Order: sequence, then structure tokens, then C-alpha cells
Amino acid sequence: MKQLLILSGKGGTGKTTIASAFIKLSNARAYADCDVDAPNLHLITGQSSEPKKTDYYGLPKAEINPELCIQCDQCRQNCRFDAISVEKTYKADPFACEGCGVCEAVCPVAAISLQPAIAGELTLYSNVEKVFSTAQLKMGSGTSGKLVAEVKKQMKLAAVDVELAIIDGSPGIGCPVIASLSGVDMVLIVAEPSISGISDMERIIKTAEKFGIKIAICVNKFDTNLVNTEKIEFFCKGQELPFVGKVPFDSDAVKAINNGKTIVDINCASGIAVKEIYNKVMKLLFGGEA
Amino acid sequence: MRIAVLSGKGGTGKTLVSVNLAAEAKTSSYIDCDVEEPNGHLFFKPDDVQEEEISVRIPRVDDKLCNGCRKCVDFCKFNALAYIKEKLIIFGEVCHSCGGCVILCPEKALIEKEKVIGKVQKGISDQVMVYTGILNTGEASGIPIIKKLLAENKRDSNKLTFIDCPPGSACIVMESIKDADYCILVAEPTLFGVHNLNMVYELVKLFNKPLGVVLNKCLEGENPAEKFCLERNIKILGRIPFDNELGMLNSNAEIAARESKKYNALFSSLLETVKKEVQHETTTNP
Repeated sequence: MKQLLILSGKGGTGKTTIASAFIKLSNARAYADCDVDAPNLHLITGQSSEPKKTDYYGLPKAEINPELCIQCDQCRQNCRFDAISVEKTYKADPFACEGCGVCEAVCPVAAISLQPAIAGELTLYSNVEKVFSTAQLKMGSGTSGKLVAEVKKQMKLAAVDVELAIIDGSPGIGCPVIASLSGVDMVLIVAEPSISGISDMERIIKTAEKFGIKIAICVNKFDTNLVNTEKIEFFCKGQELPFVGKVPFDSDAVKAINNGKTIVDINCASGIAVKEIYNKVMKLLFGGEA
Repeated sequence: MRIAVLSGKGGTGKTLVSVNLAAEAKTSSYIDCDVEEPNGHLFFKPDDVQEEEISVRIPRVDDKLCNGCRKCVDFCKFNALAYIKEKLIIFGEVCHSCGGCVILCPEKALIEKEKVIGKVQKGISDQVMVYTGILNTGEASGIPIIKKLLAENKRDSNKLTFIDCPPGSACIVMESIKDADYCILVAEPTLFGVHNLNMVYELVKLFNKPLGVVLNKCLEGENPAEKFCLERNIKILGRIPFDNELGMLNSNAEIAARESKKYNALFSSLLETVKKEVQHETTTNP
């Protein structure tokens, strides 16, 4: 199975819009949403099967038993995450606690234990035709990287004999993005022609390059700033990165999405442009030059 | 007074709103907590930039002292240590710097060394103090940088502060809003925008923070984000139109409130509304 991951660095450049179009165009039999912080792909892919939902357990959280606690303050002094506070009794803040277990280890009277905690929910839609794996992180939770790894694992286990998987990524360059990069064959970066967009694109390219993954770049809403679009094309040439196309700003795209449709479900300028990009990306992914 | 600007979905206009409000407030602070993709400094282009590296502590082993008891390996919840071929191996990328292995080692074979993960910058743009956190590429967590940014600003001033948050609703966002007195949610009128607005709305409520919404990219016709606010009785602080002039200024990293009369007026009135709301909230719910 070849895995194509769609990333952007900056948020809101059109990852999910393009991922959903690619899923439609390829009639993909496996796809996943790795933006577990703010998943949106399910809003637009129209699921045909009943989901299987599983609780996702992150790392356990510290709990302090006030009856055993002798208020020696060891836990508070040794916690690097400022998760332990004291008013009348000692308490561990479940949001700040990373589950490292230091407090449990240093407590002289075994008043602290690590308790399992649900940190999100995994969802799998799977039938003979299609596998769609997604998840929602519980608000304020950490360990989103681990949940991303679970989303991909769940997809791979369910999708047998599938040639292509399309994965929608999350913005940023940190732990969920790094987790989504592992094991993919290629990254398509959706850039935006703004000074911010260019800065963010350069940072996500650097991140993806650290993992030695093949990269292609496209620009969305290219006609909102032609000068910056040119800068991006020029940058790609300089870095010898494949530039696979540009998508115009298109108010029909917003309408399609708001109606739960992909941009290739309707006849619109952005849809036509994405089709061309799709063909080039497939050539790059499955061999040959674009 | 600290005001956090957040959105759930990326690209809805967090930086636009926080940069322009800070610029409009004149003497204020702007803190860019989107340390993975910081952009505010591109707009402010601050002068007199001071820079400080941010490090975390990663264990290092003295092989001569390690007796292979594996206590550290068994303890580490992040699987950052392994004992392979009679040698202790440390995986720094997955280490959370909890310090547990060092405390537990009976031979005192482990010590901690600083590892740089990014930096914070402090500079000035007109009268706005601009704080930027930058995570190095390839590093997983920017939380230590955000903590430093917020602590640094707290020490410096009690003026009006705008915190530009990262997208999403995970721990990194929570860290950014923890000490905020008020939250501004920026929403765009799309299906995705409303879905993610709902998420951060729940997050902010969970922390009992007073909040209001700025509707961005407003077009003629129905606005699903506005509908969401009206149904839940959420205060709408202002509306920013979908407009080519603003789009062009913003995509060229220019501060609309400083460059355009029209947007100076818009952000000045938005700032007044926000100030009034914050005042109201802090007097009724101190």
C-alpha cells in the first residue's frame, strides 16, 4: 500500500478540501484523518457503513489518596509538569499530568497511583469497499502523536490488498505531524501564497525532509497573491522540489464543502485544477516523473 | 489583562485578529504561542530583538557506572530508554524530561544534559512588545517554550496582552489559555469552521473562561458560524468582511490597522468592544 499524506504547516490552507477531492478521484479504498485535534474529513466523505468506536487510552494520570498522604511535598517538588498543587490536600491536575510516574515513585507512603484515563476516541468505518479511520482527541489532552499512530495502525489493519491510502494531516510541525509522517511514501504540501504561508511551508518542508520522505508542493488560492505564488514556485525550483500545480480561489469550493460535497463532485474551477494536481501526484507516487 | 485568541481550525484569522488588536491598543503585548508555525513577527517586524534559547533536560548515561539493572528502562513510560547488548540506549526525541530515571538510578549513572529545542524572541514594534516562540523543526513539543513565553511576559508587564494561540484543542492550546482572563474565538463561515468552533467553545467553557466570538471572512447570506453563536447565546464581538483589500494586506504580512483607514476603524471599534466585555466580565465574575 502506498501512503500519501497531505500536510501544510499553516492551518486553513486547504488540506481537507484537497484530501477529500483526492479520495473521490482515486476512489480510494483506504483513507484516514490524522488531524485528531480538529478532525473534519468525516464531514465530507459520506460514510456508507456503521462506525466501530473504541476508547483511546493515553498515559495514565496520577491520583493522590488524601487519607494516605502525609503531605511530605516530595511529589510536588519532583513533578516537572507543575501538575501537583496543594490547598487543603494534595491534588494532581489531570490536564497537566503527563503520566510519567515520578510522583508515584517518590511517594514514601504509596499514596499516589496512576489511573487509566480515556484521552480520545478512535472511529473506524470499514466494509468491503472502503476503510476510513479517524479519531477525536479529548479536549486538552496530550499524547496526540500516539493517537495519530493508532489511527494509521487501525487503517492499515483493516485495509487489505489496497494500493493507495490517502491521509489528511494536521497543521503545525510538532508531535501529531511527526507521528503522521512515519511510514508514508510521499507528502503533498498545500501552500498558501502569503508571507505567513511561505514561512510555514519552509518549516514543514524542513520537518518532512528530516524523515527523508518524498515531497511535492502545490499552491491553493494562488490568485489571491500572484507575487507570493511566484515566490513559492521559485523556491521549489531552487530546492529542486516538484511543484505540482496551483488551485484558484473559488467561491464554489466553499459552497460545495458547506453542502458536504467535495470540489470534484461539482463542476468548478478549483476542482479542475485539483484533478491535474492529482494526476501529477499519482505519477510521482507510483513511479515515473510528473 | 490577558486575552487569548483561538479557533480550533487553522487559518481562520487568529493572527489577523490578535496582531491587529495589539497594534490598535498601542501600548500592549503580543505573544505568539503558535510556536510550531509562528507568524506574528512577520507582521510586526520587531526591532531590538533579544533572543534566548530554550532547552529541556535529557538524561545521559555514564557507561562505567551503569550496572544494567534496568530500573530506568522499566520505569520510563515513554519508552525513551532501552538496554540493548549490555548497553543503555537513550532516545532523546521521545523523552519527556520528567527526570524519573535520574531519581531512580541506584548507581547514579544518569545525569541530565540540556538539549536546545527552540528559542524565544522579544522585540518592539512601535509600542507593542512582541514575544515569539519558535520550535526547532523535528522537535515534538513546544510546551516548554510556551511556558517560558507566558512567564516572561508576566514578569514584564500587566498591560493589555494578546495571546495568539496554536490551532487545535490539545494540551498546547490549553497551556496557552490557562492564565487568560478572556478568550476571543475566531470563526469562519464554513462547515469545517463551525465544527471546530464548537470544539474550542467546549474547551474554553471547560476552563470557565469568559468568551466572545469574532466572525471573520463574512460574506452576504447565511453565516453558519453566526447561527451557532445566536443559538447558544454567545456574544458576537465583531464581524470582519471577506475583502480583497484586507486579504492582500494580510497575505503580504502588513498590519491592516496600521495601513488602512477602514481597518483602523474596524479594529479600533473591535478593541473597544473587547475591552468593555473584559471589564464587564472581571467586575461581575472577579
